[in-house]
Amino acid sequence: MSIQVGLRGKAWFEALTGKNSPMAGDPDSVLTADVKIGEDTARFLCVVPNPQARFPCARRGEVGLEEAYTLAARVNEVIKQNTSADKQPISARPIIAIVDVKSQAYGRREETAAIFLACATAAEAYASARMKGHPVITLVVGQAISGGFLTHGYQANRILAFDDSDVVIHAMHKEAAARITLRTVAELDRLGHEIAPLSYDVRDYAKLGLLHKLLHVEDPDKPARATVAQVQKELIDAVADARAGSTDLGNRLTSNAARETRKASVAARAHIEEQWMKA
Amino acid sequence: MSYPTVIPEFVLRQSFIELDARARAQSLMDPGSWRELVGPFDRIESPWLPEQGIAPQFDDGCVVLKGAIAGKAAVVIALEGGFQAGSMGEVSGAKMAAALDLATRDSQNGKKTVAVLLLETGGVRLQEANLGLNAIAEVMASILALRQHAPVITVIAGTVGCFGGMALAAGLSSYIVMTPEARLGLNGPEVIEQESGIEEFDSSDRALIWAINGGEQRVAMGVADELVLDDAQKIAAIVRSHVEAGLPAVHRSQQVDLYRERIRALDTSRQIDPLTLRETWGGKTTVSKTRKGVTR
Amino acid sequence: MEQLKFEYPSAKRHVTKKAHVGVVGSGDMEVLMQPTETGSAYVSIQTSVNGFSSSWKAVMDRFFSKYDGAVRIDINDAGATPGSVMLRLEQAVEVIES
Repeated sequence: MSIQVGLRGKAWFEALTGKNSPMAGDPDSVLTADVKIGEDTARFLCVVPNPQARFPCARRGEVGLEEAYTLAARVNEVIKQNTSADKQPISARPIIAIVDVKSQAYGRREETAAIFLACATAAEAYASARMKGHPVITLVVGQAISGGFLTHGYQANRILAFDDSDVVIHAMHKEAAARITLRTVAELDRLGHEIAPLSYDVRDYAKLGLLHKLLHVEDPDKPARATVAQVQKELIDAVADARAGSTDLGNRLTSNAARETRKASVAARAHIEEQWMKA
Repeated sequence: MSYPTVIPEFVLRQSFIELDARARAQSLMDPGSWRELVGPFDRIESPWLPEQGIAPQFDDGCVVLKGAIAGKAAVVIALEGGFQAGSMGEVSGAKMAAALDLATRDSQNGKKTVAVLLLETGGVRLQEANLGLNAIAEVMASILALRQHAPVITVIAGTVGCFGGMALAAGLSSYIVMTPEARLGLNGPEVIEQESGIEEFDSSDRALIWAINGGEQRVAMGVADELVLDDAQKIAAIVRSHVEAGLPAVHRSQQVDLYRERIRALDTSRQIDPLTLRETWGGKTTVSKTRKGVTR
Repeated sequence: MEQLKFEYPSAKRHVTKKAHVGVVGSGDMEVLMQPTETGSAYVSIQTSVNGFSSSWKAVMDRFFSKYDGAVRIDINDAGATPGSVMLRLEQAVEVIES
């Protein structure tokens, strides 16, 4: 890894919003800003490292208790603002998750205080926004691992990711996965090349049909004006695409890549439906 | 003189934990009311396991029964903890999500259908990694869609418990039923020890594990709803009562402000004694029992 | 991973029921047993433990020396012992012949 996890997220949040601080009362690990993109005022959210975090196991860009509840609160705020005024779904504000998270926080305090519930509330907030017509867009600029990604980003209508070797979307870090599955890291890499869902390479992830777009940007570590403009345009397009589609996650099954790699999902679902209708 | 023979109820009970996923699911449904969907005879297996030298299971470790509970339309979806630790793969996840989505569709068309999830699972099946992780995200989305119409009731009985990404699915449920043997947590003790060191969590300390993740603790601190002994009839009765109760007025996972405040109030300078959370969080249940907003 | 196949042409007795027994846990297996379409019995085994084909054949030969049902048998195996295999087959037969 050429850069510490979470710092790229911070850089891109600042580049896209012009802001770099949490909202009043929020911990320093969650950056939130309302910024115009295209015709919309989108809410951007990002989880970043906070070495001063109250929870010792959530200081390096992990999604912990405070991060999860803050995300939930800030996303629910957008939903509430939209329902209090009498608005058509078309003007439901976009919500954009900038994702560069190490994972969920691995700590005893977290388990004791039911982090599973904290993460659930954030995922629910994003999903509720999506179901109410808010375009929810995720931009993976660095890492998106496991529970951290389930909490912050995986409920989006559209997921975009940089085409870059430091972008890793996966269920478990390579070293930990090697230990648990009793394989070497080299073996995992080899397996990943043969078996797409196991790969740590975002280009293989793109084959799974879950990604809306893989973005080729010049030097993702240092967002320059031209690349920022490029990414903004992609976000605007993704928002429009989300608005034109449904509010569920069905596009993850109907994309061209999904038709190739997720045949078993499609078949299982079709069989369940066929037998459900007869039962 | 002859004495009456009294056989303790505990001895006569049928253990739920000793049943496999299929038998557990069947035990919850109204007798004769159910059919299994995409069962083992359909042979829809994982396409990813054999090439990694791992024996698949004909139902990919996920049992789907459609029928009735307490006379109401219901689908029970059970993960088999004995197969790959009940982990979520592409096919098992697709079966679960599809069943939830069909329950939602029926509910939207006027036939309200509840879902009962039997979660005996370590989370993502690492041999299917990204498809397993996405499957969990899709299941979570499907739970939230169904929850707008009908309750989603999660039962965690043990011995695997409910960990990993599926703990988020449990967290989204309308009600969580646990036995004392069961555990619910995001990260298992071994993973915490591995990532954060043995000081943070000694995974060989069984008492500590249950003190934090065990059913009694989760219910007492108010993040799960019912503690029930390992007795198939009792568990079925509890599930029936929640099916009949219908949706809570508010779901626990909607109570962000309440829990955010609770986290703010924690002293993080040292480890948190789980027992203190029974006093400060528990007793005042956050789950209303009925739509009409009657709180315990 | 090994795929093993065996045929038992002498097992011709018509059966009507089907059975599923077992969970694919470590050291265990599951079996599907159902009426065959071909008129005689055949077995298909998918096992994660390589190198035991003669052991499997011995178990299957012994099973079909006592059983004459025209069944299709499918097995997913994660290392069951011959004793466990026979037990699972007998459990399946109990359901078929009940």
